[in-house]
Amino acid sequence: MLSYTLKRLAFAVPTLLVVITISFFLMRAAPGGPFDGERQLPPEIEANLKAAYHLDEPLPMQYLRYMGNLAQGDFGPSFKYKDFSVTELIMQGFPVSLEIGGLAIGLALLIGLPLGVIAALKRNSTIDYLVMSLALGGIAVPNFVIAPIMALVFGVLLGWLPAGGWNGGALPNLVLPVIALSIQQIAYIARMMRASMIETMGSHFIRTARAKGLSEVQVVLRHALRPSLLPVVSYLGPAIAAIVTGSVVIEQIFGIPGIGRYFVQGALNRDYTLVMGTVVFYGALIVLMNLLVDLLYSALDPQIRYDD
Amino acid sequence: MAVHWRTLLTALPLLLSLGTAQAATLHVDNEGEPGSLDPQKSANHWDSRIQKAMFDRLVDTAADGRLIPGLASRWDVSDDGTVYTFHLRDARWSDGTPITAEDAVFSLRRLLMPATANHNANLYYAIHNARAVNRGERAPEALGVKALDAHTLEITLDHPSGYFLQAMAMGEAAPLPRHVLSTTKRWIVPGDTVVSGAFTLGEWHPQSQLTLEKNPAFYAADTVALDRVVMYPLEDTNDAIRRFRNDQIDLSFAQVPSSRIDWVRAQRPDALRTAPWAGEYFYMFNLRDGALADARVRKALNLVVRREIITDKVLGTGMRPSHRFVPEAMSGADGVTMPGLDAPYAERAEKARALMREAGYGPDTPLTLTLRYNTDDDHKKVAVAVAAMWKPLGVTVELYNSEGAVHYAAIKQCQFDVARYGMVATVNDPIDLVGSYAAGGSAAAASGYQNARLDALIEKSAHIANAADRRKVLGQAEQTLLDDYAVLPIFDYVSNHLVSPRVQGFEDNVMDEHPLRFLSLASPSTPSHSGE
Amino acid sequence: MTSTTTPYRGEHDDTPLPAGGPNPPAGPDKNTGESLGREAWRRLKQNKAAMASLVILTLMALVCFIGPHLLPWALDEVDWSNFQTAPSLENGHYFGTDANGRDILVRTLFGGQVSLSVALVATFVSLVIGVLYGAVAGYVGGRTDNLMMRFVDIMYSLPFMFLVILLMVVFGRNIFLIYAAIGAVEWLDMARIVRGQTLALKRREFIEAAHALGVGGPTIVRRHLIPNTLGPVIIYVTLTVPKVILLESFLSFLGLGVQEPLTSWGVLISEGKDMMESAPWMLIVPSLFLAVTLFCLNFLGDGLRDALDPKTR
Repeated sequence: MLSYTLKRLAFAVPTLLVVITISFFLMRAAPGGPFDGERQLPPEIEANLKAAYHLDEPLPMQYLRYMGNLAQGDFGPSFKYKDFSVTELIMQGFPVSLEIGGLAIGLALLIGLPLGVIAALKRNSTIDYLVMSLALGGIAVPNFVIAPIMALVFGVLLGWLPAGGWNGGALPNLVLPVIALSIQQIAYIARMMRASMIETMGSHFIRTARAKGLSEVQVVLRHALRPSLLPVVSYLGPAIAAIVTGSVVIEQIFGIPGIGRYFVQGALNRDYTLVMGTVVFYGALIVLMNLLVDLLYSALDPQIRYDD
Repeated sequence: MAVHWRTLLTALPLLLSLGTAQAATLHVDNEGEPGSLDPQKSANHWDSRIQKAMFDRLVDTAADGRLIPGLASRWDVSDDGTVYTFHLRDARWSDGTPITAEDAVFSLRRLLMPATANHNANLYYAIHNARAVNRGERAPEALGVKALDAHTLEITLDHPSGYFLQAMAMGEAAPLPRHVLSTTKRWIVPGDTVVSGAFTLGEWHPQSQLTLEKNPAFYAADTVALDRVVMYPLEDTNDAIRRFRNDQIDLSFAQVPSSRIDWVRAQRPDALRTAPWAGEYFYMFNLRDGALADARVRKALNLVVRREIITDKVLGTGMRPSHRFVPEAMSGADGVTMPGLDAPYAERAEKARALMREAGYGPDTPLTLTLRYNTDDDHKKVAVAVAAMWKPLGVTVELYNSEGAVHYAAIKQCQFDVARYGMVATVNDPIDLVGSYAAGGSAAAASGYQNARLDALIEKSAHIANAADRRKVLGQAEQTLLDDYAVLPIFDYVSNHLVSPRVQGFEDNVMDEHPLRFLSLASPSTPSHSGE
Repeated sequence: MTSTTTPYRGEHDDTPLPAGGPNPPAGPDKNTGESLGREAWRRLKQNKAAMASLVILTLMALVCFIGPHLLPWALDEVDWSNFQTAPSLENGHYFGTDANGRDILVRTLFGGQVSLSVALVATFVSLVIGVLYGAVAGYVGGRTDNLMMRFVDIMYSLPFMFLVILLMVVFGRNIFLIYAAIGAVEWLDMARIVRGQTLALKRREFIEAAHALGVGGPTIVRRHLIPNTLGPVIIYVTLTVPKVILLESFLSFLGLGVQEPLTSWGVLISEGKDMMESAPWMLIVPSLFLAVTLFCLNFLGDGLRDALDPKTR
């Protein structure tokens, strides 16, 4: 297992290199540049701006320059947010995204898993339909609709919570964004857990366990739960990476200083260094999460072995 | 650190009514996260609001947008309009160092150095050698800017400039703390930035909030009513409106979009401040090839667009239907208008059909045009309405939206038939808009428009020192553009801001300039705040 | 957990049958494809919720594709006397008009055409690629699995927006490209889920038995592995559909989705969300259509899962 883990970690370097290289050229091939805006710049001013960011050099040269800086841990200055380096922007925003995203995932697991299990055990009962319909509501109403409704109802009309803002991460400011972010995840997890639980409960070894006279609760907790988690875990790997790196929708609606906005806005502004920074960061997280998931597989199902 | 906000909110009126040493704090939605607080490094509206609060200029802007003395208590202009002499007052940087003419010289040189890569450097090209310095052809020392003594600055222009004082009032021209910049590269430091303006930079949490604190060293500190301004970079106007309703913010510099204007008008008419704004919303024609090279087609397309339906029914945000290129509220010439637009609609439609027939387009030879716009619900609404208005002419419109970077890149590369464009003037001067259609201007380059008469008029205007004469010549240039039907003006912008009735000193003006140093807050219990 | 750290393994010691495996004698290889389909259909018909959903979905598709032709308004027709009016019987706009004076019902139905076909095509593309890719990676394992999954990691990490912008530059703007682009990102999750299931399945005795009998790898993947992963796959498909429909609206925001006057449910809903307080019908009408579709799809998905489950046959 250890050698497998080390091998995977070693693999992360070439994986990231490929990601960086493809992303770099992909981004630069897209039309529109960082200085294309409503106000068209006179040629000499545009030339100055391009020179200031080395955009006047040939592309391969820029690539080498970028890789050189990256090797020294320098992500470069942001084009758009000039008073900060990309590293600073990510380091300032990530803790916020991690906090909101981590809480949302935790909440989703806490609610979604039991709901899924209960629905599976009470399959086709009223409880099942109720739970699944609720879960479905979380999927059918997109979060860019549910979040402003929540902010309006609980923030403005009822006045129970702030309508928006971060306020240094004060608890009342966390509630709405975390719930808004978790609703969809609850629905996903509950539905996947239900399906896979039903699958497991129908299998041989559960029948054997029952035959041994174990109570239903014991059967579920000791035998059914772990194998049922596999599809959920597969889903969670990339999902966690995506959620803890922030959601542009939630951040904009509630005015939260996370890094989710940088993924979309960096791209819209053609803030090349910021885009590359987020790509590298997210890529590393994806690689890490997917490794964790694979390790979890074998913990959940000892039959799964990785050939070294 | 996490003070329970509701406790704070309920306690606030009480504290204010006590009227003791309680700080007057204004909470502002500042539209977006500043790109930089260095006044020469970034040019967003929202950046310059903060920059100007931190760095005073030789020429300042009053609450109503007029130019008033700033760090210079007065200035003289030579009769030919080419030599400006600024007399600086005794003022100090926030660290106690005196502000001198040398600081201003340092700042203007830095502004034009290629390495600074300033967006608005071209507004200063009238200064002797400025263009050459900005192109890297001359050393910054060659710039026509000189400190005659510690308190006197002389600027020499190559030719008179109608907007030079306005340019000097912009953030870019603010004197910078030479003694700090010469020793450190990173000089914008929260809590420790050396400033000359009414406010210092307090805490700065990017994408969350930024605090400005009153600067006791500011030369007119006794006239500044606010102790603190908290700026929130809200990207979602709905977020701003919700926080405004919750009294979390007092003032929003974001524009209320058409999707929310009905609600605001109905529910908070007391808080909506609508005023003409120096911007023009128009469609740019690509005159290079095809049907649009034909002035008759451009005229027909102009004739059938009913601007008042777009402004009143489709958007409803108070925009003013436009029949010309320079917004009415700007300091353009009087009486300039696109010919033929004043006739009743039926007559215009008839005329337009005839023009299209003449140009060779009709039911059998329909005209297909691509109309490009950048992603925005309001741009979409306008495009859909215009397409519907052109339809009876037998014009098939393909709507083509793209995100801003792609949109503006396509315009620059002339890949469009008709393109949505919005020009907001940087200085209140017609040349800022009309000049873009003269040879070498960005709009002329994109649209392929060429008219020697317009070029000559623009050139002529650069040598007229008399403001009224110059305005008349620029008016003739604008009229030339309109006579050619080279553009399709749709409406003049207005600014729509949410301003709490508690906020005082917010005066509507065409440049949408609202210096924070003139704002004050009336506390709920004491209606008239003792600001002075 | 209790004393044993892996109670699961304890179970394994007790019984010769490994965990989680389906019932091999009733495996799908006993049936021909046709009878499997007929069998599943028979079972699906017994599921009332699923059948009702199927009927509603069919109706929904019919209404979206035929309905607009029966209504008096065209997709881009501006009613100059009714800008942003509430639902009304008198002016013929039963679900109101938008800010441009266009009929919301007509636009919602046309939007349905786009959203339903995006959902169908993109989900199908992601299903086929994802299931095959995941099953092969999981079954073959080893170095191949590792390389295939690192490719998935790379795909996850690429900035999707630039990928689509570039596709659009290369191929021009084309609605099928939107489907393809969406399908091309959504298969990643599917592949990971199927691979996870396959890893768990392939050591089970019925697969090993098939191996021992000399059944070839491709056949094992096709006839034993894929059918046994269908449960989670179907559920994930029902979760993919709403994602795909909403992703389309993001592409439209970038100018890469459908262009006006065409529209989609995602676009209509995102336009409507700003109007929830002044013109709620603009949000409610398309949201209802989307919600009904998604509900039906989920019940149908559950029914299908049950009907296709090899264990219960």
